[in-house]
Amino acid sequence: MNKGAAAGPGPYRDKKTIGALLKAVGKKRRAVGSLSCRIMEVCGTHTMTIHRYGLKKMLEEIGVGLVSGPGCPVCITPNDLHEAAIRLVSERENLLLTAFGDMTRVPTKIGSLQKTAAARGSRIQVIYSPSASLELARRNPDKDVVFFGAGFETTIPSMALTAAQAVADGVDNYSVLTAFWVIPPPLRAILESGESRIDGFLYPGHVSAIIGPRAYDFVAEEFGRPGAVAGFEPADILLALLAILDQIAEGRPRVANAYTRVVGPDGNPTARAAMDRILEPKDAVWRGLGRIPASGLALRPAFAAVDAEKKYGLSLGTAGDDLPGCRCGDVLKGLIEPPQCRLFGRTCTPELPYGPCMVSFEGSCLAFHKYGNRP
Amino acid sequence: MIGKISLDLGNGGKAMRDFIAEHILPAFKNPLLAPLLDASHLPEGLAFTTDSYVVDPILFPGGDIGSLAVNGTVNDLIVSGAEPRYLSLGLILEEGLEWSLLDRILRSIRKAAAKAGVRIVTGDTKVVRRGQGDKIFINTSGIGRIVASPTPALIRPGDALIVTGPVGDHSLAILTARGDYGFESGVKSDCAPLNFLLPFWKSGVRWMRDITRGGLATVLTELAVDISYPILLEEDDVPVSGPVRGAAEILGIDPLYLACEGRAVLIAPQAKAEAILARIRTHAPGRRARIAGRIQTEIGRPGELILRTSAGGLRLLEPLTSELLPRIC
Repeated sequence: MNKGAAAGPGPYRDKKTIGALLKAVGKKRRAVGSLSCRIMEVCGTHTMTIHRYGLKKMLEEIGVGLVSGPGCPVCITPNDLHEAAIRLVSERENLLLTAFGDMTRVPTKIGSLQKTAAARGSRIQVIYSPSASLELARRNPDKDVVFFGAGFETTIPSMALTAAQAVADGVDNYSVLTAFWVIPPPLRAILESGESRIDGFLYPGHVSAIIGPRAYDFVAEEFGRPGAVAGFEPADILLALLAILDQIAEGRPRVANAYTRVVGPDGNPTARAAMDRILEPKDAVWRGLGRIPASGLALRPAFAAVDAEKKYGLSLGTAGDDLPGCRCGDVLKGLIEPPQCRLFGRTCTPELPYGPCMVSFEGSCLAFHKYGNRP
Repeated sequence: MIGKISLDLGNGGKAMRDFIAEHILPAFKNPLLAPLLDASHLPEGLAFTTDSYVVDPILFPGGDIGSLAVNGTVNDLIVSGAEPRYLSLGLILEEGLEWSLLDRILRSIRKAAAKAGVRIVTGDTKVVRRGQGDKIFINTSGIGRIVASPTPALIRPGDALIVTGPVGDHSLAILTARGDYGFESGVKSDCAPLNFLLPFWKSGVRWMRDITRGGLATVLTELAVDISYPILLEEDDVPVSGPVRGAAEILGIDPLYLACEGRAVLIAPQAKAEAILARIRTHAPGRRARIAGRIQTEIGRPGELILRTSAGGLRLLEPLTSELLPRIC
């Protein structure tokens, strides 16, 4: 009886563990003394955990501030890409545009994918895995399938491998509109700009599972900032914060790995090799951060047949921010917290989002709005 | 008005409430409609309710559109303090629907009605052209005899919040039955009549709601604005089955926003809550009931629903805003 019901929260989020860890964080924070502790959580999923479990408030009370970073692919994808996707499905007949759910809701000056009237025979299909979109192409030979793929190093390997599979199998009605982003370059950009005071970084666990913790060595070595790779449970976040506070206290910045159950010292070389075979670095424009050298990945010429940008002759990579009044860019850089934007909660809400950070499940504005900032 | 209707108008969340407040109430305002209860209490000692069912798929693990159309309406009467007696049955069929499917659904309706102790006493059938409907839509209206007149005004600080069973099974069963996610959960819908709760109106229960669209969080945020005290919900104490917890985790959705079709939340005075809980647990559908929170004044402000998370932090819960899953009922 009662089997399964109210199964416990598990060891990474139960009150006792979290209470003990918070106490330890508080003690370390006191040991650090008057030094500032403003930590950027790079990844949107960290933002969600921090808000969902009420950690933000509890950490603020013990003097550890958290600020969101650029780690939400939906949010940082600039609007020219979103608009290109909208134009594809609204102007071309018999085109099936596939995308992950949140991508369909991002508002642009020409509306959002979700609210777009598709051309005759065309439609938008939300998918949950890249292979599902290739499958759609195989099953609908009379349609052109375009996968609007957005993601970081976590999901890029599977999206890239699917593209390579399409080339290998000669699926000529399949292509990918790539919004592939890599994490280390924007961190460098944020640090070089010096606009925002950041005392340490919570590095994204799943991206790190691919690229390995050493990818962030430059943050410690060149910029002297502490950091730790963190998992996504409340206990993971607190363990990583402990490691960061240690580094601040000792004045010895490095890259700690507080997510060893998933992240190995070398990351995933197989996945990286696949990415390297199929993709090449390119300069890319990030919302809020602008053009960052080698921060995006494009399909190599050998895979041009499935590159939607080439197939449809799209001109991309020029757009600035074009949502007047929207401060998503400043949120993504860690300059402001969402409630400091005057649109937040007024003209920009989860029901009627104005900026992308209010759309994405990992968006900082949505996290603030959804999980409140009180009590 | 400009623009077009979007799906979230019918999801039981904020968009639907705004729609009712701005478009339905002003147009039809009268004192019987105004309280916007699950069923209206009529002066003749009767309660009256109606509901339409458009679930997709029409057959799902643990039920089908037929049993859902009976139980959903029956449960609205029960949680409104009425003993269900009579139902109407309106069928809207799409041209081309298989006879065998219709037969199966009618049998299911008969069985569900017998179990819930109601009789189908009037009905209507329409057929629309292929493509102008989706297999079958059902409307049922229900009449019940009033046994209690619950009002949120009776709710007091200290009152306990009892959840009658694990939440979210219905949503998850529908979701995985559609096959959109490429995995099976083995979860069955909790679709069932709540008749076993009727006697508790006589045991001091102050308020009940069935946990349907929008889930427990949405139901309680609606209650929170109707009472003068904040509600504190304990994440650890909300019953959630292992498979639902696991699947929700994978999909990134919160079980607190998932729908049920055979669960309710009850508010009972502190002094009686444990005894009521013990009696609820003697009934098969209530054996996994738990006290999952309380009405209190220490944390938060009036109108707020606060969750104490499993990690010990506090956060506000908001009503469901965007469409999670269209056509779950």
